[in-house]
Amino acid sequence: MSDLPIKLSHVSFSAAATPILRGIDLVLRAGAPTFLMGPNGSGKTTLLRFLMGLMTPTSGTIEWNGSHDPAPRRRAMVFQHPVLLRRSVAANLLYALEQAGIEKSQQDKNCTQLLELVGLVDLADRPARRLSGGERQKLAFARALARSPELLILDEPTASLDPSATLAIEQLIARAADEGIKIVIASHDLGQARRLAGDIVFLHRGQILETTSAVSFFQRAQTEQAEKFLRGDLIIER
Amino acid sequence: MNEGSGALQLVLSGDPALYNIVRLSLVVSLSAVALAALIGMPLGGLVALTRFPGRALLIVILNAFMGLPPVVVGLAVFLLLSRSGPLGSFGLLFTPTAMVIAQAVLITPIIAALTRQSVEDLWVEYRDELNAMGVKPFARLITLLYDARVALVTVLLAGFGRAAAEVGAVMIVGGNINGFTRVMTTSIALETSKGDLPLAMGLGLILITIVFAINASAWGLRLYAERRIG
Amino acid sequence: MNFLKIVFTATALSLATFSSVCAQDKTITIASTTSTQDSGLFNHLLPAFKAKTGIDVKVIAQGTGQALDTARRGDADVVFVHAKSAEEKFLAEGFGVKRLDVMYNDFVLIGPASDPAGVKGSKDIVASLKAIKAKAAPFVSRGDKSGTHLAELDLWKAAGLDPAGGKADWYKEIGQGMGAALNTAKAMGAYLLSDRATWISFKGKDGLAIAVEGDTRLFNQYGVMLVNPAKHPHVKVALGQAFVDYVLSAEGQKVIADYKIEGQQLFFPNANK
Repeated sequence: MSDLPIKLSHVSFSAAATPILRGIDLVLRAGAPTFLMGPNGSGKTTLLRFLMGLMTPTSGTIEWNGSHDPAPRRRAMVFQHPVLLRRSVAANLLYALEQAGIEKSQQDKNCTQLLELVGLVDLADRPARRLSGGERQKLAFARALARSPELLILDEPTASLDPSATLAIEQLIARAADEGIKIVIASHDLGQARRLAGDIVFLHRGQILETTSAVSFFQRAQTEQAEKFLRGDLIIER
Repeated sequence: MNEGSGALQLVLSGDPALYNIVRLSLVVSLSAVALAALIGMPLGGLVALTRFPGRALLIVILNAFMGLPPVVVGLAVFLLLSRSGPLGSFGLLFTPTAMVIAQAVLITPIIAALTRQSVEDLWVEYRDELNAMGVKPFARLITLLYDARVALVTVLLAGFGRAAAEVGAVMIVGGNINGFTRVMTTSIALETSKGDLPLAMGLGLILITIVFAINASAWGLRLYAERRIG
Repeated sequence: MNFLKIVFTATALSLATFSSVCAQDKTITIASTTSTQDSGLFNHLLPAFKAKTGIDVKVIAQGTGQALDTARRGDADVVFVHAKSAEEKFLAEGFGVKRLDVMYNDFVLIGPASDPAGVKGSKDIVASLKAIKAKAAPFVSRGDKSGTHLAELDLWKAAGLDPAGGKADWYKEIGQGMGAALNTAKAMGAYLLSDRATWISFKGKDGLAIAVEGDTRLFNQYGVMLVNPAKHPHVKVALGQAFVDYVLSAEGQKVIADYKIEGQQLFFPNANK
């Protein structure tokens, strides 16, 4: 069963009377990576959590391929700070495979493939919580792929990584996209967006200001806020 | 000191009666911990992960029952197991089984309440990841209990310490029968009442040593596990 | 889930151990008094009984009142206690089959070596209690409805006094067994009534001494009863009766007479044949 397309209609969300997202209308279909861009506090992470089905909006509706059931079927998420289980690297992957309903006989094989893909074969028996930042992110990425998703949601996947680890993660993202996985990334790394993005959703103060292809976004943004964001200005005024 | 050398002599003499008393203490209290864990851990985990009416009240009750007076638990189990009580036909009163039941009743709230706390803390950390992996409620409970295992060792120790140290409940339901239901704490009470205070103190030192040794090994296990598991 | 497996296995194993312990069924339970246990009589008597009959005896040592209650609830097969009036009440209620005298010893008034009431060497227990009251010397009472406690109350009554009802501050009811009462009296420098057997075997005598002994009113009779199977059908009649018969037999009576601590005989068999 598929999770795509995802359709958000008039989705708003407030926490303690503070509006976080306002009147979001968005449809996500299979295709090139979509980048959610915008300054800190613009609502990117919250929007990702709605896409993943982890939160219920204050108003509005979300449909995954026409269904309102938020249980993830073919989607997976890598959080900005992934929480790894208190087990070995391999056990983390086996756990995700088990939960994704992969047959027991297949799990070991899949696990080895994933470890090879992200380059963690040598660390298979290492406690996951003892990994470095880059290794953790790779493991979280492999764990998300264990669900064989058609939609992969990534929240600032390289925010605190060094350049070599960032490169490794970006290669994994590009490869996943090439294999037909729809990628949605929240990021404010403009360089990364230029390298990977197919289209851009620009968020500002909980509203979508622009939805456009990456090419046109970087050539000529439609709004003043996006212009400023692209210039690297701090956007403070409404 | 007199008392210390008395205890040392007791241990060195390898007195089989003493050995049996120590063995029974360990068997009874460890069995009680196992039984209480079997009930208390899933219960604590369930309370941590589910929302239902009266949940807050149940948590308060569990926390309050961590301080159940052993003698009251002993009396309640006594009344249940006595030949004139509702479970009298099993003939369990004044047997080690009765002592296990009483201690298990005593420490199940401790294990349940501390498990609930550990699991709930871990759930806050794991919630998004597990939901994103589509983990079902039952698997969620098992996952959290397993990943909280290091903390749960400490929970078991707390239960064991309480069980091994109490005298009120086992005295009432066990009857302190020589060679059958006599454990460390009831021996200490008996020797005290016989006026043999050095022997009572010696037995007390042995009990403390055993509890210390078990705690030390569990702590070592925990350090090792933390290094391995992270 | 190795962890859960271990917990489960441990439980299963321990329960299995217990069921095998419970399976050996040639045992009886006797509700008796702290004096018979604390004095060591049972450690002397029961091995001889077991050698003769092969029956294991489990002893619950309580105050006489509590021991009779244990039997009333059906949690013992035989009672072996020392408070004739309470035993006869138990019998009248139908809980016992028949009460039989087994042995006696006597009570002694124990007091601090300093003897503040000046009763040492007296052979008149009633006059001595009056002297204690007159001096308001501290007195520790078992206060637990045991045979010794009931005997003590009878003696106060004989002296025309009621310190238990009068809230006298020199009179302390501690609600504990004989040994605990002796420990308390020692710590408080108080007088108390004890059975001689417990006193002789008590390990912490220093500072305490016998003040009054030898009065016929200090006589302490022990009786044995089989719990009535008509009230509690699970009572092990044959095994329990074997114990009753044994302690009343010439052989059992001799074993009781032979029990000595430091050369002193503690119990004097007096079964009526």
